[in-house]
Parts: sequence; structure tokens; C-alpha cells
Amino acid sequence: MNSPFKLIHFTLVSALLVASWGTLATAAQPAKEKAVTEAKTETAAQPQTAIAGSEVNPFNRLMRVVPKRHLPPTQDGIHDPTNDSTQMLQTPLEAFSGLPKSQGDFGNGVDWVKALNESKIDARWDRNDPKAKPVIMDLSIVREVKGSMPGVGFPHKQHTQLLDCSNCHPAIFIPQKGANQISMAAIMLGQKCGVCHGTVAFPVAECRRCHDKAKPVAAKAPAK
Amino acid sequence: MPSLIRRTLIGRMLFVGTLVLATAFVDARPAMAEYGDVIMNNNSDAAGMRPAVFPHWFHRVRYSCKVCHADLGIKFKAGGNNIDMLKIMDGQYCGACHNGTIAWSVENCNLCHSGKPGTPTQVHESKSHELLSPAKPPVGKK
Ligand code: HEC
Ligand code: HEC
Ligand code: HEC
Ligand code: HEC
Ligand code: HEC
Ligand code: HEC
Repeated sequence: MNSPFKLIHFTLVSALLVASWGTLATAAQPAKEKAVTEAKTETAAQPQTAIAGSEVNPFNRLMRVVPKRHLPPTQDGIHDPTNDSTQMLQTPLEAFSGLPKSQGDFGNGVDWVKALNESKIDARWDRNDPKAKPVIMDLSIVREVKGSMPGVGFPHKQHTQLLDCSNCHPAIFIPQKGANQISMAAIMLGQKCGVCHGTVAFPVAECRRCHDKAKPVAAKAPAK
Repeated sequence: MPSLIRRTLIGRMLFVGTLVLATAFVDARPAMAEYGDVIMNNNSDAAGMRPAVFPHWFHRVRYSCKVCHADLGIKFKAGGNNIDMLKIMDGQYCGACHNGTIAWSVENCNLCHSGKPGTPTQVHESKSHELLSPAKPPVGKK
């Protein structure tokens, strides 16, 4: 009496599972896409969780192939997913899709300097005048570093493409070569270069972008 | 948004893909906001609004730092500018652009006030600072 019921139950459940797999497969196939009704895609969305969760032998089990970064606002932990407007916000990966990547996925994972120089973005210099252009100062200041680390080249060029002199002088740096004491410790605490590098500009992890002067330091800094 | 998802094939596939990703992430490390996101919550919670979220990455695609940090006088300090709605309404800070002429206007409250209630004022995600203070203090930067 009991087992036939179980059998029917089992068949029904498997039929349901197979059916949902079917809709999923169709959803993934562009050729059959047109046949899928809106209602079907909507229902396919629910069993998705169970199916994805049952994959026990993924190629990379412990290595995080997709680190938990650049999540859409609804999942990033700081936005309220129950707020309707949160869903209207752009996802970082959408914004970054056409932009040059930086080495390693640090910060935004975007090489903003390249993006600007290759005109992939149009970072306006004035909020009212879209044509205004920055006055760029091409003055590099090389700071030698003791030990094995390559020296640090501070390029005014890339900074004056985006920033005003008053953003750094005199509050963060006295405008005089060698007049400022800078150390990695200070940078990590969010001082000196660390005001921006570690919050908005490329982070400290990208050592080579700052420590780019081979040792013995190339006498490259133009005396203006 | 929903209509976009339904209308386009890519939209549908993205939607399904997002769900797959979402489930893959369920048990992973705590969520990480995009690098450079600033949460401003000096007064919002107390006034019964969600905290405001300012995405640097979104704005820097469109503007250089100078526009906000020199022309509009925004200091390099999360929560350090005492921004409030009166100033915004009068065209300062966010209000210099979110005025219906340059960008959508102030009545779209929840596009800015989209933070999780109770999230403290802070910048995300500052790796170097985390190294030194792993507990991630609720930076009362004020
Ligand atoms: C991102 C921050 C930043 C910006 C923006 C910036 N500077 Fe500098 N500036 C520095 C640093 C760092 C030094 C090196 C200080 C040191 O070596 O101690 C420096 C040094 C200088 C010096 C001294 C050079 C020397 O050989 O003694 C002058 C002059 C100067 N800056 C002018 C300017 C002007 C003019 C602008 C705007 C067009 C500007 N800076 C924008 C960070 C900046
Ligand atoms: C006021 C903010 C600010 C300060 C302070 C600052 N930077 Fe930058 N820096 C930027 C921004 C913005 C960029 C553009 C790249 C980006 O955002 O990732 C940049 C780019 C650079 C680049 C160019 C990298 C490339 O790929 O061409 C170097 C090198 C650099 N910074 C070094 C330094 C050093 C060294 C200091 C301290 C002496 C410093 N910066 C201080 C904001 C800052
Ligand atoms: C934003 C630019 C920047 C980045 C990124 C950066 N550094 Fe530095 N680093 C500096 C500056 C500036 C100094 C000070 C140079 C001087 O003495 O004038 C410095 C100094 C140092 C020193 C000498 C000791 C000290 O504390 O002054 C070491 C070692 C060092 N950095 C290692 C690193 C390593 C490792 C990384 C990557 C994890 C890194 N740096 C990333 C700018 C940077
Ligand atoms: C559209 C306006 C806007 C633009 C463009 C912009 N910022 Fe900001 N920035 C802000 C606002 C708003 C805050 C938060 C101020 C507050 O909370 O009072 C902020 C805060 C900061 C902080 C402080 C973070 C901390 O540690 O507390 C830094 C550093 C910063 N911005 C750097 C930059 C750099 C570098 C750029 C250019 C690549 C840039 N910003 C472009 C509006 C802007
Ligand atoms: C210099 C001008 C400017 C300033 C200042 C500014 N914004 Fe914006 N913001 C824009 C523009 C332009 C857009 C894009 C508008 C559009 O999509 O039509 C935008 C879009 C946004 C978005 C939506 C991003 C998305 O995903 O579509 C948010 C959220 C936002 N701003 C918040 C703020 C906050 C909070 C402030 C003040 C702290 C601020 N903005 C200050 C120009 C500005
Ligand atoms: C362009 C972005 C933006 C928009 C749109 C916006 N706000 Fe705000 N609002 C802010 C920011 C930034 C703060 C300061 C956050 C803080 O530190 O608590 C703020 C603060 C507040 C506060 C607390 C401080 C005060 O002024 O009393 C209230 C309440 C508030 N907003 C309500 C609203 C309402 C209601 C709307 C829609 C009519 C709205 N906001 C639209 C950005 C915005």
C-alpha cells in the first residue's frame, strides 16, 4: 500500500526535476530561445539554487576562481537589497567591461591611467564645460629607497591629469623635492600617498607601479 | 530592469548567470563592496533614512577628481564634509550635479540612500588599512 505511493511520488519529483533541467537547458541555448516563454524562464529561476549547489566536483574546489569582488550592488553587503532603487544601480563589472585591466585584480581591477590615455573614459575636468582640459605638469620626482627595493618615481603627469595642485600642496606634501618624509608605514596608515592609494587610486598591493625605478636610479627626473 | 531582463536574451542569460554566481557565493567570505565606495552615515540612520552610498568608480569614469575635490571643495575624508540635504538642495556637494540638469535630481532619494541601515560611515575596501586593523573599526571618521 505504501510503496506504490512512494513510487508515484518519486516519479513525480524526478519528472519535475527533469522538466526544470529542460527549461534551464533551453534557456542556455540561443537557438531555442525564442520558444521559451517568459513564464518558463521565471520558473527556471527557482530550482537553479538546488542544481548549482549539487555540483560536488568542480575543477577548482578550494581555489577561488572568481574572488568575491566587483559584486553587483544587491549582493555587495553595503547596499540594501530590499531597496527597489538598489536594483537600478550599475554593476561594477558592467562599467569596467570595456576598460583596460590592471595587473592582478586589485582595487577596481582597472588601469585607470591607461583607460584615460586610451580615451576609454572621458573623465571631465569641469562639471559644466565638457571640453575643458587639464594643464598637465610633466615633472617626475625620484625617491631612492634603501635596500633591495627599486626607487619610487612620483609622476606629476598622471596626477595632474586628474587632480588639482591644491589637492596635494601643501596639505599632503610640501612642494619641494625631498622635503617630505614618506614611508610605507605611513602609506599603509592612509597618510601621504596612502590618502588616495588604498582608498580610491590603485592600492598598495601594486608595488611595481610606484617602485618602478631600477637600481642604480636612472637620472630621469627632468629638472623642469 | 525587470522588463529589460525579460526582453533581451542576454538579459535572461545574465539573470540566470547571476543566480548561479549568487549561490556559488553563499558560504564564502563576507561580502566586499566595490573599491572606493563611500558610505555616508553621519545623520541618515538617526533621521530614519538609509545611509547614502557614493560610488567613486562610477563617477571617475565621468569626472576627474579635481571636479569634486577642488571645485566643489570636498575634503578627502569619508564623513568629513558634514554633507546634509539642505546643502545638497542648495546646490552644494552632490547637489552641484544631481540637480536635474547635469544628472538626475534630488527627488530620487533611494538611488543615493541605498545603504544597509546601520552601516557606519566608511570607505571600501581599503586593503592596506585592513592589514593593520583587521577588525575593521566602524571608522567614526568625523
Ligand atoms: C598627487 C599629489 C600631487 C599633486 C596633485 C601635485 N603635486 Fe607637486 N609634488 C608632489 C610630491 C609627492 C612632490 C615631491 C615632494 C618630495 O619629494 O618630498 C611634489 C613636488 C613638487 C614640487 C617641488 C619640485 C622640486 O624639484 O623641488 C613642485 C614645484 C610641485 N610639486 C608643484 C606642483 C604643481 C604646480 C602642481 C599642480 C600642477 C602639483 N605640484 C601637483 C605631489 C603632488
Ligand atoms: C590626491 C590623491 C593621490 C595622492 C596623494 C597620490 N596619488 Fe598617485 N595617483 C592618484 C590617482 C587618482 C592616480 C591614477 C591611477 C589610479 O587611480 O589608479 C595615481 C597614479 C599614480 C601613478 C601612475 C601609475 C601609472 O600606471 O602610470 C603613480 C606611479 C603614483 N600614483 C604614485 C604615487 C606616489 C609615489 C604618491 C606619493 C608620493 C602618490 N601617488 C600620491 C592619486 C594620488
Ligand atoms: C603609492 C605608491 C607606493 C606603493 C604602491 C608601494 N610603495 Fe613602497 N614606498 C613608496 C614611497 C613613496 C616610499 C618612501 C620612499 C622614500 O624613502 O622616500 C616607499 C618605501 C618603501 C620601502 C622602504 C622602507 C620604508 O618603509 O620606507 C619598502 C621596503 C617598500 N616601500 C616596499 C613596498 C612594497 C613591498 C610594496 C607593495 C606591497 C610597496 N612598497 C608599494 C611608495 C609606494
Ligand atoms: C563626483 C564627485 C567625486 C569625484 C569625481 C571624486 N570624488 Fe573622492 N570623494 C567624493 C565624496 C563625496 C567623498 C566622501 C566625502 C564625505 O564623506 O564627506 C570622497 C572621498 C574621497 C576620499 C576620502 C576617503 C577616506 O579615506 O576617507 C579620497 C581619498 C578620495 N575621495 C579620492 C578621490 C580621487 C583620487 C578621485 C579621482 C580619481 C576622486 N576622489 C574623485 C566625491 C568625489
Ligand atoms: C560632478 C558631478 C556629480 C557630483 C558632484 C555627484 N554626482 Fe552622482 N552622478 C553624476 C552623474 C553625471 C551621474 C550619472 C547620471 C545618469 O545616469 O544620468 C551620477 C550618478 C550617481 C549615482 C547612480 C550610479 C548608477 O549606478 O547609475 C549615484 C548613486 C550617485 N550619483 C550618488 C552621488 C552622491 C551620493 C553624491 C554626493 C556625495 C554625488 N553622486 C555627487 C554626477 C555627479
Ligand atoms: C544625490 C544623492 C542624494 C539624494 C538624491 C538624496 N540624498 Fe539625502 N543625503 C545624501 C547625503 C550624501 C547625505 C549625508 C549622509 C550622512 O552623512 O548621513 C544625506 C543626508 C540625508 C538625511 C540626514 C541629514 C539631513 O539632512 O537631515 C536625510 C533625512 C535625507 N538625506 C533625506 C533625503 C530625502 C528624503 C531625499 C529625497 C527627497 C534625499 N535625501 C535624497 C545624499 C542624497
